[in-house]
Amino acid sequence: MSKPLIGVILGAVLGAIDGLTAWFTPAVRDQLGGIVVGSTIKGIIAGIAIGFFAKKFHSLPIGILFGVIIGAFLAFLVALMQGGYYLEIVLPGTLVGLIVGFATQKYGTSPSPANS
Amino acid sequence: MKWLSDDKLNRLQTIVSEPDFSSTKYTFEKELGGGGMGTVYLCEDRELNRLVAVKVLNTPDITADLRGRMIREAQIIAGLEHPGIVPVHDVGTLSDGRIFYAMKFVRGSRLDEYAAQGVSFRDRLRKFQAVCDAVAFAHAHGVIHRDLKPQNIMIGSFGEVLVLDWGVAKTLSNFQQSISTNPRLSAANQTQDGTVIGTRDYMSPEQARGEIDQIDQRTDVYSLGAVLRFLLADKATKPAKAIYLKAMSNEPVSRYASATELSADIGRLLDAEPVLAYRENAMERVSRWVGKNRFLVLLVLAYLLMRIILIFTSRT
Repeated sequence: MSKPLIGVILGAVLGAIDGLTAWFTPAVRDQLGGIVVGSTIKGIIAGIAIGFFAKKFHSLPIGILFGVIIGAFLAFLVALMQGGYYLEIVLPGTLVGLIVGFATQKYGTSPSPANS
Repeated sequence: MKWLSDDKLNRLQTIVSEPDFSSTKYTFEKELGGGGMGTVYLCEDRELNRLVAVKVLNTPDITADLRGRMIREAQIIAGLEHPGIVPVHDVGTLSDGRIFYAMKFVRGSRLDEYAAQGVSFRDRLRKFQAVCDAVAFAHAHGVIHRDLKPQNIMIGSFGEVLVLDWGVAKTLSNFQQSISTNPRLSAANQTQDGTVIGTRDYMSPEQARGEIDQIDQRTDVYSLGAVLRFLLADKATKPAKAIYLKAMSNEPVSRYASATELSADIGRLLDAEPVLAYRENAMERVSRWVGKNRFLVLLVLAYLLMRIILIFTSRT
């Protein structure tokens, strides 16, 4: 499995879980569908970015750092659009980025360099 | 009459029993150990100013057969250029007519001494895999060791693994041509059917029965299994135990077909992948996966924990 594909799958799954936990916040429960879709798309975007980064750069610490930055940045944008819930959105988003950053560095195959 | 003290008498006996290296470039240092056919001495190579191990034929009154076997042993080792097989530097004859050959002096400990040092399970497996690789190389060159045991495996000071004592090695018939075209040496290669060669605890059933024509690379696979059993002892996990039991099957067809196959299964064990010798149940599969991906599992658990904490804090 390629690194970007691992990033997409993991980002989508964790993003969906992330969105589903909004059910526990009664104030936003009626918007659950939109939150889940938005969160999943956010996870997929983060997964693609982190996966392609892992394909280019083979370094666990740098991969994790990149994942954290991307996860935090995208989550911050979502929180900004929501106009609140910064801690509830940014913290899990950052951790999702960390997990995807770790997984894409550790697992998945990179294309071997072509012989010239 | 003047009596000699025990110390002086012992010293005289040692001098008399020491081989005379005066006609060679080697200076005797001390005896390292002995076997049925020869004794190994630590010597200094005066020309290259280094220590070497010199194996000298035990009997001064040598027969052509013993000479042939000794030369053949040196030729077999010299033909196996591999980091895991001790290299031969030189072959010659002492002034009393005894054949000798000089080889690399390996500093370190024998595998049995190494195993007693409280080494980790993974390190034991890595060393064993290196032994398998050296033996597989010999097999690829048509040589069967026939006496693999912890005492014949050295772990060097830098962790290198060396397989020693190829004195009873057998050359498979289709490879004999490359060892020697000398008919005397070829004759020395033949072991009579019914002759039992090897060490009891590490010997395959066909070897113990003296069935020389049944001996092939799977005979060494059996001995490797016995070495693995010794090396892991009470540290053996279920898959590790299954590996040595498969290697030590009574019937050669039930064993790993080669040392390479055995090494590959050890590699799978080291990589926390399923091994060929053991069918694991669902629980064992999950536990192996969790063990292999411990950090990822911890991260996901940390994420879920954080999620639960956030749910409770947002409610209050």
